[in-house]
Amino acid sequence: MNLDSKIPAGPLEEKWQRHKNELKLVSPANKRKFKVLVVGTGLAGASAAATLAELGYNVHVFTYHDSPRRAHSIAAQGGINAAKNYPNDGDSVWRLFYDTIKGGDFRSREANVYRLAEVSVNIIDQCVAQGVPFAREYSGYLDNRSFGGAQVSRTFYARGQTGQQLLLGAYQALMRMVDARRITLWTREEMLDLVVIDGHAKGIITRNLVTGEIRRHAGDAVLLCTGGYSNVFFLSTNAKNSNVTAIYRAYKRGAGFANPCFTQIHPTCIPPSGEYQSKLTLMSESLRNDGRIWVPKNAGDRRPPNEIPEEERDYYLERLYPSYGNLSPRDIASRAAKRVCDEGRGVGPGGLGVYLDFSDAIKRLGRDVIEQRYGNLFEMYERITGENPYEVPMRIYPAPHYTMGGLWVDYNLMSTIPGLHVLGEANFSDHGANRLGASALMQGLADGYFIIPYTLGHYLASHPKMEVTTDHPEFQRVEEEARARLERLVAAKGRRTVMSFHRELGKLMWDYCGMSRTADGLRTALERIPALRAEFWENVHVSGSGEELNQNLEYAGRVADFLEFAELMCLDALQREESCGGHFREEYQTPDGEALRNDNDFAYVAVWEYTGPDLPPRLHKEPLVFENVKLTVRSYK
Amino acid sequence: MKLTLHIWRQAGPNVAGRFETYQLDDVSPHMSFLEMLDVLNERLIAEGKEPVAFEHDCREGICGSCGMVINGRPHGPRKRTTACQLHMRMFRDGDELWIEPWRARAFPVLKDLIVDRSAFDRIIAAGGYISCHTGGVPDANAIPVPKPAADRAFDAAACIGCGACVAACPNASAMLFVAAKVAHLGSLPQGQPERYRRVRRMVEAMESEGFGHCSNHYECEAACPKGISVEYIAQLNRDLRRAALVGEEVLP
Repeated sequence: MNLDSKIPAGPLEEKWQRHKNELKLVSPANKRKFKVLVVGTGLAGASAAATLAELGYNVHVFTYHDSPRRAHSIAAQGGINAAKNYPNDGDSVWRLFYDTIKGGDFRSREANVYRLAEVSVNIIDQCVAQGVPFAREYSGYLDNRSFGGAQVSRTFYARGQTGQQLLLGAYQALMRMVDARRITLWTREEMLDLVVIDGHAKGIITRNLVTGEIRRHAGDAVLLCTGGYSNVFFLSTNAKNSNVTAIYRAYKRGAGFANPCFTQIHPTCIPPSGEYQSKLTLMSESLRNDGRIWVPKNAGDRRPPNEIPEEERDYYLERLYPSYGNLSPRDIASRAAKRVCDEGRGVGPGGLGVYLDFSDAIKRLGRDVIEQRYGNLFEMYERITGENPYEVPMRIYPAPHYTMGGLWVDYNLMSTIPGLHVLGEANFSDHGANRLGASALMQGLADGYFIIPYTLGHYLASHPKMEVTTDHPEFQRVEEEARARLERLVAAKGRRTVMSFHRELGKLMWDYCGMSRTADGLRTALERIPALRAEFWENVHVSGSGEELNQNLEYAGRVADFLEFAELMCLDALQREESCGGHFREEYQTPDGEALRNDNDFAYVAVWEYTGPDLPPRLHKEPLVFENVKLTVRSYK
Repeated sequence: MKLTLHIWRQAGPNVAGRFETYQLDDVSPHMSFLEMLDVLNERLIAEGKEPVAFEHDCREGICGSCGMVINGRPHGPRKRTTACQLHMRMFRDGDELWIEPWRARAFPVLKDLIVDRSAFDRIIAAGGYISCHTGGVPDANAIPVPKPAADRAFDAAACIGCGACVAACPNASAMLFVAAKVAHLGSLPQGQPERYRRVRRMVEAMESEGFGHCSNHYECEAACPKGISVEYIAQLNRDLRRAALVGEEVLP
């Protein structure tokens, strides 16, 4: 597997500009002759599709939703980072770069992260021009706020709905190109597999979710913008339909999968309330600005919170991390919550929760101030739990939220399969082992608006145009495989539902490959996953047929892929014998329980190559070279 | 809680539908409405029956996928709440619930509770945007936007495109949906050059999709899970008249 990252030569600050000057171009008259298939319409997909269509490419866009506007980017709350330095508080491209690479615990590429910080400023310009209603001051200028992992205010936001507003901006740009007939939009069309011809990505197989029709689509390049895989845990903050299928299928066709074990667990989510729980809801991290986190000092203390006296409460974040306290970074806060719950001090149903208490803040600032700051979040909490957080402390618990791992890409966002480009959360490129708040939106839009429009042209201009039609035997072969899988799922007619398998897998992954991991636990998971997968194919019951709108069948196909992918995650977690960012191996910690990184042996990207059914994947390593930053230990004591 | 559910079942767009009745005996008040349907569907699948098809995704009230009429009200009884954020504690033991899809000519039923809302996308394609090319734009702070205008634009832009306004309207009009986008973009300085062309084209698209006209029932505002105000419809009408009487040029 060739892992040439194609990082341009020259000083860090000049790499992207130089690279742009050297990239090959496709002439305006020729662009329309190239057909580009874009899968997914979140921030990365919609922004890429709109921009490539504006440039003149013949773009086909695919989404399994009824509309491109539904992609899960829409649920992002907090904001988007950009090194504008409008507040004049000392921000710069360098600082955003440094915060991001440090926040990622030094497991990402310098050049990629620097470029991300560099184009961040263009994103805000673009979004404002589109009419994204960012928060403003009375002067009419843009407002900024601070966010975790930074000492400057560089986060632009649109109330608690920044993702929604950015996505609608990109969606509208996309629909403008649909109106101009530069984009062909395929809604309710799910990608089932990738078609690779003569080593290049040349098409996809899709299933129409209304009629069940299987279709072939040929193109000159394929862009996967299909998001992350947190739903491998069953319970996560991801939308119910989010899945790993597109990138996992590409992996099985030869694309390297990088750092699959790097997953982010977000500390402030509403805890599950029962066995029927279908997903978890995130509460913005900003709540930790005024809320104090605690649990009872004594295990098994079941008294209502208001009856537990002050001296019997353990404000454990304030105790363990006095200088950062309740504002400790996401990975640290999540692990600490798990620890106290494992000690039997958790609160609420099943002991899976800690209190986030606003009573001191209400006493100090008054209820009105708290209501102004967090009113909509309190309302959302009340809607879901039926409890009034002005009177009873909130209960929160960590939940899987984002996946830093993804398909390996080079500096041009191209995977190990030429022509297959991967954007946004679906790739691995920028966040290392831990993502900072307000950086996911930035990366999705950077990839789509400002990187792929340059690098895709280079790929297209560098290779002789191959005229491929859907009659090619490879299309035939891949389509038959996709059909056979669906038929097998429908024919199984066993005794267990798809959801029961997904729940069981999720619990297994949460227990053994979740917030903290051990070699023993991972080995247990690696034994149990194949057994569960075998049972799935024998004993799953999928209702209906493949020739109709069948949500149960869609779900079954996605869970089938999670059941394979989960093994890859565990293998990756097992080989990484260090703790870094969101990946915490219990064997590798400092005496006081903090993550212990091992830069000598593990400063690399782990890239997995598929070698065939029932064969172990092969591990390749891309060494990470740090020429501009010094590797330090993250401490929040 | 014990509940009796009457759910609209329709196998496809061109076949007749009917209500079918299901009994659920142990519904927790902490479940969300969609989790209650999940439980029903798990049971139906185990019994070898067809689960109820309904659309959903984020289950956080923001993606706009879910939508069903519950006891005659789009998204059910709780104000400013999508079906996915509705919890069963809003109902009582022994309640009977009637659950049906959005009903509008422009939203044909695809299966059970799923309707085709692609008409909304075509309305946006007809002008629900500001035409700017990626990259060819000024610095973000070169376009100051007075805070009240920004707030007004945001309130309108909060629309999630779920279609409850259409389902609630006796005329099945999409006026609130169209007005929200027209007002969002028309309230901002960036949206001025295309302001009148936009409103004309979007309203034409709405009409050609088979949505009805607005006759001021205000049911849309009551049903809207994001509380979008009918005042925006007045703004749309003003712009539409201006476009018809004066023309679409925007004078400096």
